Amino acid sequence: MSTAPVVEPAVNPVEPFLRTDRMPHIWCPGCGIGTTVNCFARALVESKLNLDKVAIVSGIGCTGRVAGYLNLDSFHTTHGRAIPFATGLKLANPELTVVVYSGDGDLIAIGGNHFIHAARRNADLKVICVNNFIYGMTGGQVAPTTPVGAVATTSPYGCFERPFNLPYLAESSGAVYVARWTVFHVRHITRSMVEAFNKKGFCFIEIITPCPTLYLRRNRLGDSLDAMRFYKQKSVIKNGANTKDVDIGFQSEIVVGKFVDIERPTLLESMDQQLRQTLKDRYAGPGGH
Amino acid sequence: MKANPAAVLTGPHFLDGDQACCEGALAAGANFAAGYPITPSTEVVERFAARIPTVGGLFIQMEDELASSIAILGAAWAGAKVFTVTSGPGFSLMMEHIGLAAMTETPCVFVDVQRGGPSTGLPTLPGQADMMQARWGSHGDYQIIALCPNSPQECFDLMIDAFNLSERYRVPVLFMMDECVGHMTEKVLIPPADQLEIFPRRYTSLPPAEYRPFKPGPDQIPEMVKAGDGYRFHITGLTHDERGYPAMNWRAQDKLVRRLVEKIRNNVDHIVRYEERDVDDAEIVVVAYGITSRVALRALQMARAEGIRAGLHRPIVVWPFPEKRLRALAEKVKAFVVVEMNYGQMVYEVERYAAGKARTVLVEHGGGTVHDPDDVLQAIREVAR
Amino acid sequence: MPEPPTSSPRTRKFRGLVHIDWDRCKGCGFCVEFCPPKVLALSEAYNTHGYHPPYLTNEQGCTGCDLCGLYCPDFAIFGVRVPLETAEAEVPAREG
Repeated sequence: MSTAPVVEPAVNPVEPFLRTDRMPHIWCPGCGIGTTVNCFARALVESKLNLDKVAIVSGIGCTGRVAGYLNLDSFHTTHGRAIPFATGLKLANPELTVVVYSGDGDLIAIGGNHFIHAARRNADLKVICVNNFIYGMTGGQVAPTTPVGAVATTSPYGCFERPFNLPYLAESSGAVYVARWTVFHVRHITRSMVEAFNKKGFCFIEIITPCPTLYLRRNRLGDSLDAMRFYKQKSVIKNGANTKDVDIGFQSEIVVGKFVDIERPTLLESMDQQLRQTLKDRYAGPGGH
Repeated sequence: MKANPAAVLTGPHFLDGDQACCEGALAAGANFAAGYPITPSTEVVERFAARIPTVGGLFIQMEDELASSIAILGAAWAGAKVFTVTSGPGFSLMMEHIGLAAMTETPCVFVDVQRGGPSTGLPTLPGQADMMQARWGSHGDYQIIALCPNSPQECFDLMIDAFNLSERYRVPVLFMMDECVGHMTEKVLIPPADQLEIFPRRYTSLPPAEYRPFKPGPDQIPEMVKAGDGYRFHITGLTHDERGYPAMNWRAQDKLVRRLVEKIRNNVDHIVRYEERDVDDAEIVVVAYGITSRVALRALQMARAEGIRAGLHRPIVVWPFPEKRLRALAEKVKAFVVVEMNYGQMVYEVERYAAGKARTVLVEHGGGTVHDPDDVLQAIREVAR
Repeated sequence: MPEPPTSSPRTRKFRGLVHIDWDRCKGCGFCVEFCPPKVLALSEAYNTHGYHPPYLTNEQGCTGCDLCGLYCPDFAIFGVRVPLETAEAEVPAREG
């Protein structure tokens, strides 16, 4: 293979979004998180957002590291608390587009309470939940999304708890946009992210991703490529499906698609409207910065 | 800079400590609070929720104290001036984010209206048993500043100081009230806005390419930024370098955490504040803070009437504790009588700084009500013997 | 007669090129798997981390769709479409 220099200055489309002084990242070979970051970068380009006004908030975990790698105002907060941090950030400066980018354990287990309340309030947050069915960073413990029967370090004989159906949880809590894709569905993920960036309110995108080192290996499911082939083969696109019916079992069919896309006032809009109505011209506003 | 007149309720008022605390926050320029109801602190945020929409800013009741304590940090990084309010059980829940605020050097104020503890304890009755928790409650090494008002007037005045300290030192400041001070109603004089000095947030004027989020200035404190201004900065609770990036090694740990501790330690003389009465000729000094200091005054009155040369040292900034002053007093007094509404917390600080040169005696009380001045007098008599 | 598709070698004005960051690659195989014209394969050679990065097996076959770039979790590959006139002088670059 020749090593002739490139004529045009070609740059990876994701490169301007990366903190290149922090590359390479810590994710394992075949980890799907990096793939979701590609989608995210392309979605940011497509939605033409002013990047100075995009803030990204992560929690703790493998996906939580995303904030540190992206060249945006980024916040790596405490475990489970990305959403309330993001709520405060957005309320204090509504001009920001605030993205919460974190994992299933962080957002739904320890962060579960904050998740449902932010959805209930319709806080204007774009929540990207990378779901690998496991607690990756800490070595592979069971998560509230781990399918029944799957092995994890803290359920070594197989998980026996019914997992959350995340789209159902999001919808019933009040999310205005709910979608699920696997990381095989790169173009759909990108499109969903663009839709979420352009939409007001609590937007939730679940992305099923392989964790080859822990979930796949401990459950003898091969490597990431096997998982990607599995996603391709076993996922079924059902846009508008009833979220009640999209449970995921161990190696079962995965229903993906855009399930919810509705309109209702955001937290700040409701607050503003109520106060304006009640206080009339005594209302001094929410004090944006 | 001066306070914003729209936020300052200038004039004489009849307020309880909780309400005065809220007015102090408003006068200091607080424009974002998140909280969760907990007796005996709830009135602070109830008043804020009613006042802030007409001043400019907002209040949100979050789903729990965990959320409240981090929502304020998010708002701070968007440029807001923030505080939250709680009592014992909520204080425990907020510890992680007091640590996050210390680690990320986020200016913020946490108010703890102390009540009887431990656990659910005595929700409607006073205590002073969170004092050590204020200093050491979160895991790891860090320093905070804590103030202790003893009247509704001080709840107003010292809140402004609390915000100023948090902005100057980029540190969470803990406002340690107690249920008695919080629920007692007294005259509170709120001055005109132009008599209130507000320490502005120290935003950098460096361009993004040159700015380093955690590069300290000569006073060991870095300049701040906020989201949305193009700095593309990173904030993490992980041990980090000057760029704010995680740096997981002992050198970075030492460099960062040492500075977090030293920025307070090295500025102790500018931070410490106390009030004294009758200590010039005293052979016994009573050390008391918060509501207990007012009970102690009664006991001192009685002691002096009996001819005992006793005085009062009242720490107003309780953390960092007034070490230098205590050491100096220990050289000339016979004993310290520490009166606190707990089974012994700040007494250990006093004893340590007394360094054996003066005797240290504790007048303890489990809380639920204030000390009986006679018990304090009795202790004074015993050491005077 | 209908227009031939633009990707047909006789009529297209673009060709595809991939750029590979040799040492970023961790050999996961996504790019090889999901390349629509199937013109990528993992090489026999190792990079400094011990992985087999990909290479273009058929330079004429690459359409520059950048699906490889979209899938790559390590940001180690991306595809571009280059106008044929400038493309003639180039070969897929191996960087690093």
